[in-house]
Amino acid sequence: MSIPLFLVQLLNGLQLGVLLFLVSAGLTLIFGVMGFINLAHGALYMVGAYLAFTLTGVTGSFLLSLLLVFPAMFLLGLGLDTLVFRHFYDRDHLDQVLVTFGLIVILDEAVKMIWGRAPLSVPIPAALSGSITLMDGLLYPAYRLAIIGAGLAVAVLLSILVTRTRAGMLVRAGATNARIVAALGVNIRGLFMLVFGVGAMLAGFSGVMAAPIFALEPGMGDAFLILAFVVIVTGGIGSIRGAFIASLLVGLVDTLGRSFATDLLKLTMSSSAAGRIGPALASMSIYILMAAVLFFRPAGLFPAAGRA
Amino acid sequence: MWTRRLLPALLVAVVAALPLVTSADTSAFAVTLGSRMMLFAIAALSLDLILGYAGMVSFGHAAFIGIGAYAAGILDAENVGDVMIGLPLALVVSALFAGATGYIAIRTKGAAFLMITLAFGQMAFYLANSLDEFGGSDGLTLNNRATVAGADLLSSDLTFYYVILACLVLVFIFLRALVASRFGRVLRSTKEHPLRVAALGYNVDHVRLTAYVIAGAICGLAGYLMANQTEFVSPASMTWQTSGELMFMVILGGMSTLYGPLLGAAVIVGLENFLSGYWEHWPILLGAVYLVAALFARGGIVNLIRGAKP
Amino acid sequence: MKVLSTLLGCAAAAILTTSASAAAEPVKVAFMNSLSSTSSVGAKQGRDGFALALKELGGKFGGVDTQVIWEDDEGKPDVAVTKAKTLVERDHVDAIVGFTFTNVAMAALKPIVDSKTFFLSTNPGPSPVAGKRCSPYFFSVSYQMDLESGASGKYANDAKLDTAFLIAPNYQAGKDSLGGFKRLYKGKIVEEDYTPLHQIDYSSDVARIAAAKPSALYVFMPGAPGVNFVKQLRQAGLADKVTFLSAFTIDESALPALQDSAIGLYGSADWAPNLDNPANKKFVADFEKEYGYVPSNFSAHAYDAAMLIDSAVRAVHGDMSNKDAFRAALKKADFKSVRGEFKFNTNQFPIQNYYLVKAAKRPDGKYETEAVKNVMPMQGDEYAKDCSMK
Repeated sequence: MSIPLFLVQLLNGLQLGVLLFLVSAGLTLIFGVMGFINLAHGALYMVGAYLAFTLTGVTGSFLLSLLLVFPAMFLLGLGLDTLVFRHFYDRDHLDQVLVTFGLIVILDEAVKMIWGRAPLSVPIPAALSGSITLMDGLLYPAYRLAIIGAGLAVAVLLSILVTRTRAGMLVRAGATNARIVAALGVNIRGLFMLVFGVGAMLAGFSGVMAAPIFALEPGMGDAFLILAFVVIVTGGIGSIRGAFIASLLVGLVDTLGRSFATDLLKLTMSSSAAGRIGPALASMSIYILMAAVLFFRPAGLFPAAGRA
Repeated sequence: MWTRRLLPALLVAVVAALPLVTSADTSAFAVTLGSRMMLFAIAALSLDLILGYAGMVSFGHAAFIGIGAYAAGILDAENVGDVMIGLPLALVVSALFAGATGYIAIRTKGAAFLMITLAFGQMAFYLANSLDEFGGSDGLTLNNRATVAGADLLSSDLTFYYVILACLVLVFIFLRALVASRFGRVLRSTKEHPLRVAALGYNVDHVRLTAYVIAGAICGLAGYLMANQTEFVSPASMTWQTSGELMFMVILGGMSTLYGPLLGAAVIVGLENFLSGYWEHWPILLGAVYLVAALFARGGIVNLIRGAKP
Repeated sequence: MKVLSTLLGCAAAAILTTSASAAAEPVKVAFMNSLSSTSSVGAKQGRDGFALALKELGGKFGGVDTQVIWEDDEGKPDVAVTKAKTLVERDHVDAIVGFTFTNVAMAALKPIVDSKTFFLSTNPGPSPVAGKRCSPYFFSVSYQMDLESGASGKYANDAKLDTAFLIAPNYQAGKDSLGGFKRLYKGKIVEEDYTPLHQIDYSSDVARIAAAKPSALYVFMPGAPGVNFVKQLRQAGLADKVTFLSAFTIDESALPALQDSAIGLYGSADWAPNLDNPANKKFVADFEKEYGYVPSNFSAHAYDAAMLIDSAVRAVHGDMSNKDAFRAALKKADFKSVRGEFKFNTNQFPIQNYYLVKAAKRPDGKYETEAVKNVMPMQGDEYAKDCSMK
């Protein structure tokens, strides 16, 4: 294990973290503000990616398809909110779990029917197809730097939106106590619809950004869904800052765990035992992290005010 | 009144009679599918105790299925597959796992509890996946079903069907009594008014942990029987998707009704079995069922039938 | 009274007796694989191959009335057990064909062979079943996993690639595949990387490969993970710096996604669309005409399975009741395989050629693998000696 390799893995971990943040930002917003468990968030990420595939194929431009996905996902979010989810904001969390899970199953199968079962690929946009040399023989695609940039931009933007704008203030107030906010004459219905639309948009955006590096497959959102929930619960539900820190932590722990678990274990036990336990431990690492955080701080690292 | 005495007896009679009154082919099918439905019903019942009655939404419950199943598998692989050893082992290990993980999980609430139980479930899954000597991710085929004190009583599918039915009935009666008992009343109160319960002098955490351990042990029983019924065990029985399915059986059927999990298990296992033969893209229909049930059958199907409001 | 009791007696008899008599039974075959699981593309391709063959045979095996039951095991072992038992006990099928995933096939193995029903695998080729747990009722029409991977190992030896980095997901098939490679590769293994099942970003593994600088890289990564890995390897500029060898990673189920990024990468397989024999030429042409995509080995194996069954049913003249005769007919493999030369070993696993294949772009713009070298001609697996069937 060399210093350059370690630094490279550190970068990989941070980049994974930023991508996780992109995926979980929308989820924590929806869960935090509306108390709505949206299991379909991973499926929305998938829809965003598949839309990017079709739009890039049709328009020939990744940038154009990215810009088009924003309104498409926003409208999809509004549609889902109006048609289905609005009936569930007052209902038990478990009913929300049931309805959003039903939606995942429908969306996963619909994608199979429309785009087929075979994995699909979106090419990296030409403008970002360059790369930098990280260490001897290892190139780092410029596109991954773009993902990091996009994630940081979203983090900053959301932060400003939530803490510095009136809408953001209403969102935070709505997260603390929706009824009082409604009683004060604010259109809570409209607010929730907006938040859901933004959440769907963020999910779709993360799907589009991820598409050039990851294969598209029906059900691709499922793995991300679990990771996103790990992130937002570790970070504190409803907290953008919590989601950001937790994403980086999860990304780092997962990547460094995978990279070095086996090597570290080899220091204390036989090579074959380490080869067995290492991957298993690496798979569990993020769950161990989450369980440890929750044990000491059951509401997460940075619980949104009023939720501790 | 008739619901309390007559309905359960009627259900048991129908289920018991089913393999006997149908033709040989259909009977074998009824035994195979019915066994699977009943085993999931036992697992779903155990989840209802904590999810429905105590409001503890566990997303890692399938881990106990895995523990019970691997108890059966490992003992069989070591040639000591007997119910007298296996069953207590499955119950004890499940209870211990529930006790240890529950102790940590009880400190959290709501979404955090959901996720921490998921975390433990995933850890159990990855652990099972790494057991190369027991097949790892490919799993293990049992040489035979467990013997009962040395006697090869369970090898007949039909006999095992009745054994499973008996276990289901016992679990149902036990849980019904537990829920109606003082412990049960206190447990139910911790869902709505934990502060009041504490003020009355009860240790809310102890009550919940006890319920969690009982639920874990019962689910371990279901897992032990499942491994014997299919004569196979693998980590696939303890994925988070399976934990989710158990949750849906309880929610769809109707939480805190005890009949709900029975109905939910039968409906979901049945739908998956039948729908998959008709259309390549049958999961869309299943998703639609979940959607419609969530929209219109508030509180699950049982509550819809009863006309109750959540 | 008498009329009533007779009627009741008839009704009772109708309920209690089994259905059709044995005499005019059609041939009943079930095709089962994992259509509604994640990574279901192999299942679909297999089903398409089997369906195409059935269509070419006019819907009949051996010219006899045939009933085919299509089943979905959802990728879940316990569902497979339930469905297998139902097919055997209620539907009395003569054979269950198919399967995509090894763990699902292993679960269904016992109920199928214990009931003396034939089990023809169109994909999984697990080593336990090739050896100690072999069964007279189990045939692998596809391959044996060790050889499918071993061909890459042998080629790496022959090409004097002295260091190798191995990578596969952390599940049994991954371990088996790497094991198969190691068995025939004599060089130095610099690392064996088992990736967690949920992983999609391989940048950390790619970094380790760059640091290790192996001469050969062996990859077993079916489905989307493989597409991710190859793409990311390419983007990191490493695909040209190592000799890329693989199994099930750059095949026709992944090529539509990989496209140009796979060109020039190698794999090992027992079949490729460009194999030059009449049966294969017909198969590939008919398949593309029917389904519009290039067939993969999942399709080819399933197609062969159907043709094999057809030949065996023909040999026993549709009389499925004599299981020993049917087995002997199957074992003869008296059909024109798309793989060219094909026969069964004593353990009822194939003896066939294993090729080095290369991903390439066809003149018509589609992508396929092309066999470039017959690395192991007519090879049987080493587990046959552990099997009690001789």
